[in-house]
Amino acid sequence: MTLAEFFSCTLLAFGPPLAMFAMTIAKDPVRIIIMIAAAFFWLLSFLVSSLVWFIVVPLRSYLAFGMVFAVAFQEIFRYFIYLLLRKTEAGLKEISENNEISSHKLEMAYVSGLGFGSMSGAFALVNVLADSVGPGTLGLQNGTEFFFVSSAAMTLCMILLNTFWSVIFFNGMDEKNYKKIFWVVGSHFLVSGISLMNTKGLYIFSILPSYIILVITAIIAFKCAGGNIASVLNSCFSKA
Amino acid sequence: MSDIESDREVTEHTALMDGHIAEARSDREIAERLARKRKTKADAQRNYGSVARPEESNSSVAGGSGLQAPAPAQLPAEELELKYGARHVIKLFVPVTLCMIVVVATISSIQFYSVKDVYLAYTPFHEESPYAMTKVWNALANSMILLSVIAMMTVLLIVLYKKRCYKVIHGWLIVSSLMLLFLFSYLYIEEALRAYHIPMDYITLTFAMWNFGVVGMIVIHWKGPLRLQQAYLIFIAALMALVFIKYLPEWTTWAVLAVISIWDLVAVLTPKGPLRILVETAQERNEPIFPALIYSSTVMYCLVAAGVEGNGSGTGGERGAGEGELRPLTHETEVRREGPARRSETDEGGFDQWSRQAPRQLRVDTTPVSYTTRVERQPQPQFESEEEKGVKLGLGDFIFYSVLVGKASSYGDWNTTLACFVAILIGLCLTLLLLAIFKKALPALPISIAFGLIFYFATRGVVKPFADALAAEQVFI
Repeated sequence: MTLAEFFSCTLLAFGPPLAMFAMTIAKDPVRIIIMIAAAFFWLLSFLVSSLVWFIVVPLRSYLAFGMVFAVAFQEIFRYFIYLLLRKTEAGLKEISENNEISSHKLEMAYVSGLGFGSMSGAFALVNVLADSVGPGTLGLQNGTEFFFVSSAAMTLCMILLNTFWSVIFFNGMDEKNYKKIFWVVGSHFLVSGISLMNTKGLYIFSILPSYIILVITAIIAFKCAGGNIASVLNSCFSKA
Repeated sequence: MSDIESDREVTEHTALMDGHIAEARSDREIAERLARKRKTKADAQRNYGSVARPEESNSSVAGGSGLQAPAPAQLPAEELELKYGARHVIKLFVPVTLCMIVVVATISSIQFYSVKDVYLAYTPFHEESPYAMTKVWNALANSMILLSVIAMMTVLLIVLYKKRCYKVIHGWLIVSSLMLLFLFSYLYIEEALRAYHIPMDYITLTFAMWNFGVVGMIVIHWKGPLRLQQAYLIFIAALMALVFIKYLPEWTTWAVLAVISIWDLVAVLTPKGPLRILVETAQERNEPIFPALIYSSTVMYCLVAAGVEGNGSGTGGERGAGEGELRPLTHETEVRREGPARRSETDEGGFDQWSRQAPRQLRVDTTPVSYTTRVERQPQPQFESEEEKGVKLGLGDFIFYSVLVGKASSYGDWNTTLACFVAILIGLCLTLLLLAIFKKALPALPISIAFGLIFYFATRGVVKPFADALAAEQVFI
């Protein structure tokens, strides 16, 4: 049972990102490098925010405080990735095999967003998953049996959100459209704030709004990338 | 190299040929060619399709075999390097990742490798004192002893190499790989079977071990399919890393990692550094450096003897376990005719990015250089020109990267393991970037290990409590 739970939770959280990675990123070496670089940036942001959390001893037990800083630092480092990628765009084009990188301006945004999100998702979930293998199991006597599943679902939500946020953020920076950036930062704070409710075990009240925000963000990201309803319909019907 | 680039190269080669083959060709043909050439220059991209000209290659075989090589149409070196960069970085990521996965999986599933009971002979201080100062002192002393052993072995190797005692070095490498492939794999399998409670009889085990070991020896020291060779090299590196993790005392491991990276830096960069001397000697002699542990992403059929670094405990084998170096690109135009080329580094290694410009006449006959890394060539006879464009990473680097990640995972926190993993990969990227900038021999360990150590201690001390608190409360950031 624990093993089944482990695999189901792993696949729930990391299945979609893995599929995205395999289908869009794995083929291109430059994209893999960008993705790992983004993961590294996330790591740096997390390191800085943990330092802040660690130094401010009196507030350590209030996670809301640490969370605010963590979100802020993540957005700052997203901006750093943006700067880095835009600065090295020419060089990346040079080393890429197919010369197609950044044929679409937001391609790198998507790749770096996925790296950013995967790392954050991994950090949120791997230890939980390692515990889920057993030997104990949750929810028999005490605690809720939905702990692992809800954790995996939230992780998936965060990974996808990070991907979309990066797309919107890059697009917003390119167009100097600060409304988009505001949406990114605002919804990030909102989702993280909502997840504070998890402490009380109200998983349903945090997961549902998070997924609603995810859908909205996905639509905005789709529009940022130049998609519209017509193009969706087009691709649907041309396949058929 | 991008296709366009290779196009241009091929075109230039063929252009070169034209001059020499001219007599044998009809005027019409020449005119055609010239026209095509002009078109190519005007529009390299559009010419893409016409590059695959087998007839021309053939003609060059016929007409051009005696060509003296005029100055090759050299692409700017930098451009070449950059072209090779991305794909080859990944070609290193994959094996490094695999090696780490083997080590981490072993550490987390087989208790044996994380239990400290026996120690290496080189580490006389066992850090059993409860005082922090004593532990620090022990760790430093141990790592210094280990380092001096490594330095001595490296010097010995260089002396042997200078005196051209190839047989001795060969024997040395064969013996150490023999030990790893038989003895240490046997220990590994035994512990794995024990951990999973699998009963096994000695006859089957002997049969399996014999086959495994003999195939390994053949593949590593003689020839065999590239993939198989790579797999063996990765496995050997993982075994070696496990040996270090198991038999080095706790803090000594960390001290060794730090000390080895510094040694790596010194050995490769200082004017009289042993590895530098070795590389320079090899270049002077115009022969591949001595057989050793090199993982190559390209064809290695003719690579004899990528040996293994000495094994841990008994035989005093861990010579130069640590030094890695990066070779800058070199363009050589001489004909390299050697028997089975034994190309490698000293026992540890580094990256080498070779881009040898092979002799003209041979090169034209074969596929364009850029394809040789992708397409597996047949094992070719001895006079084959070698065009190795692959990236090579010494097994020493594999070993120490894996030691770091494996050690990090032995405390049971996956976040730390992940952080170290990403940090090492980024360090690898940066090292390659620096290679492209400086174009000289560079050590491969320091940046990665420094990143790895920083992230290990930072994650363990600061990040882990925060991450645990977040996970426990299910707060997502």
